[in-house]
Amino acid sequence: MKKSVILGALTVAACAAGAAGAATLDDVKARGKLNCGTNTGLVGFAAPDANGDWQGFDVAVCRAVAAAVLGDSSAVEFVPTTGKTRFTALASGEIDMLVRNTTWTFSRDVDLKFTFVGVNYYDGQGFMVPKALGVSSAKELDGATVCIQTGTTTELNLADFFRVNNITYEPVPIETNEQAQQQYLAGACDVYTTDASGLAATRATFEDPTAHVVLPEIISKEPLGPLVRHGDDEWADIVRWTLNALIAAEEYGVTSANIDELAAAPTTNPEINRLLGTEGTLGEMLGLPADWAVKAIKAGGNYGELFEKYIGQNTPIGLARGLNAQWTDGGLMYAPPFR
Amino acid sequence: MTSYPDVPRETFRLRMLIFDTRYRSLTIQVVALIAFMLLVAWIVSNTVQNLANMGKPIDFGFLTGAAQYDINQTLIEYTNRDSHLRAAFVGLLNTLLVAVLGCALATVLGVVIGVLRLSRNWLVARLMTVYVEMFRNVPVLLWIVFFMAILIETLPPPNAFRGEDATASMLLGDSVALTNRGVYVPEPLFSRSLGDLPVFGAFNISLDLIAILAVLGAGLFVSAKIRARADRVQNATGLRPTTWYLRLGVVAVPVLVMLVALGFHLGYPELKGFNFRGGVYMRNSLIALWLALSFYTAAFIAEIVRGGILAISKGQSEAAAALGLRPNRIMSLVILPQALRVIIPPLISQYLNLTKNSSLAIAVGYMDITGTLGGITMNQTGRELECVLMLMLVYLAISLAISMGMNWYNTRVRLVER
Repeated sequence: MKKSVILGALTVAACAAGAAGAATLDDVKARGKLNCGTNTGLVGFAAPDANGDWQGFDVAVCRAVAAAVLGDSSAVEFVPTTGKTRFTALASGEIDMLVRNTTWTFSRDVDLKFTFVGVNYYDGQGFMVPKALGVSSAKELDGATVCIQTGTTTELNLADFFRVNNITYEPVPIETNEQAQQQYLAGACDVYTTDASGLAATRATFEDPTAHVVLPEIISKEPLGPLVRHGDDEWADIVRWTLNALIAAEEYGVTSANIDELAAAPTTNPEINRLLGTEGTLGEMLGLPADWAVKAIKAGGNYGELFEKYIGQNTPIGLARGLNAQWTDGGLMYAPPFR
Repeated sequence: MTSYPDVPRETFRLRMLIFDTRYRSLTIQVVALIAFMLLVAWIVSNTVQNLANMGKPIDFGFLTGAAQYDINQTLIEYTNRDSHLRAAFVGLLNTLLVAVLGCALATVLGVVIGVLRLSRNWLVARLMTVYVEMFRNVPVLLWIVFFMAILIETLPPPNAFRGEDATASMLLGDSVALTNRGVYVPEPLFSRSLGDLPVFGAFNISLDLIAILAVLGAGLFVSAKIRARADRVQNATGLRPTTWYLRLGVVAVPVLVMLVALGFHLGYPELKGFNFRGGVYMRNSLIALWLALSFYTAAFIAEIVRGGILAISKGQSEAAAALGLRPNRIMSLVILPQALRVIIPPLISQYLNLTKNSSLAIAVGYMDITGTLGGITMNQTGRELECVLMLMLVYLAISLAISMGMNWYNTRVRLVER
């Protein structure tokens, strides 16, 4: 008797545990909040502003997804993660999606069981050194002490780069960007290496950014993008197409300024109509309201607007569009057709 | 033949398992044990099942794959082409290094501070109280970060040593360099080296070191024999022969001869390129972690030592004084040997704490086993469960080894009762 009660309870618990984690969309809707993993603090990509609100290029993707799914771009719980904790947080279900300057690699996609839904920033690993060192190329760094964020692809690229060029270095593993900044500025390491965009963002926060240079070598491909867990394709589709909607909106000239006008009635451009839900049933196919993309774009603007607002040339970070321009302008940003 | 019809026959019925007090407690224990084992079995099978559903069944095959990352402090040969297992071993040695250094320094500091806290000198006693309260009431992680910040911010970077108008200079006749990346001290070199001894083909041990240790050990053995003889003479005649020069001689002379034979000389650190080259390089991550762990644990050990000394009744020291022993002999011959019996058991747990606290190393970027196996390897391979299980086993093994060693020592110093 006693035993069968225990067994019964165990079976129920087992079923409950098995059922959890299937439909992320339902979980998010039931919760009324999107749990989004971000950086612990990288100005321009994800950092709290003076009011404690998270701002940045990666944060904007979270907000767009929240707007598309929940209709409210502020219904996001930001979970700051380090390079080490991010994958565990996602795999365990603590966060619904991760947008943290994370490089799309084969092993992360296949072996770590994540689904990368796209690329929101094409990057590459660079080196920053103080100008006073007089170094002009990364190949002159033989014997240098290099600060590096642990648990990242940059750690592996760095090992490869120095081995291939047959030069030595002394790695100083660091947990977060702030610690790296402290050590680098104090001269405890000669070089700081991470994604070039991260270097630009870090340099922008220095007292005297002009005293530091980013070396010309870019030693790796770092396509950074949002990712979700394997196994929930519906949720992956939502995040993927929200990102694509932001990119497509820029291509079609849909901005936060003219979106209300364009979404009010069908326009002459069927692509825009399908994107904004005035024609076709794309939203329904995703399991979202027809105006999902309108809300996502209104959350912060289209891809180009977000870029200029957070990391573009008029910001302290001052990144050029480069590879991240639209394909029509010679860049790599290319959203598949909305049909 | 007499029979007692009114005495009931002892027959066992199932309900007695619950209503008979002789069996009830046993029944409850058996049921509880079964329930507990079921719970454990369920948790394990649930985990295995869920991992299999995620497509990540438990598999330790990743350990033989190339690690692909570099480690700055390696006590054995290591390159980024070596396996994850070897990277974990490098991390393990780093953990053991800081644990041994930490336990040694913490013990010395703790004993000195504990004794001084009982000093009759008001200022010294109060200063030690301040030390103890300050260190044991602030989390050790903060001390580690604090020590690291001091090292980074106050010491000069290597390029301050460069050029005509250098703002920093090396100490002790250009042999020691204090930089904010670490401390460089001269290294022992041997011009007529005996070479290395490979162990299991995995790593090398310097034969020079083994030779010197062997000679030193032999010297200490002979020295102990001389002391035993001096004791015998003293017991027989009441006069202790002067033996210190003999004992010093048998220890020092053979070692010196050995060093000369091996061509011992010092290699000095030199500023070359971005960093100093040559010499022994103690990274500031190691120094910060070592000092923080030692100072923190020393505060606890000081209290244990103080408690141990106070536990010895005053009559003991008074009796020793009445016999004419001087105060420091009273301490070393009468008080401390008895206090040790009280001190050793809690000291074991302090050693264990220090070793386990060393897993905070990543806060300053010290690559211990938590940083290699539980950090980069776990992150690059995504094998969280396997890595954490291995880590737990490693720490368990280290802790049990320390416990065994200290328990053996505890048995040795225990009061022999007849």
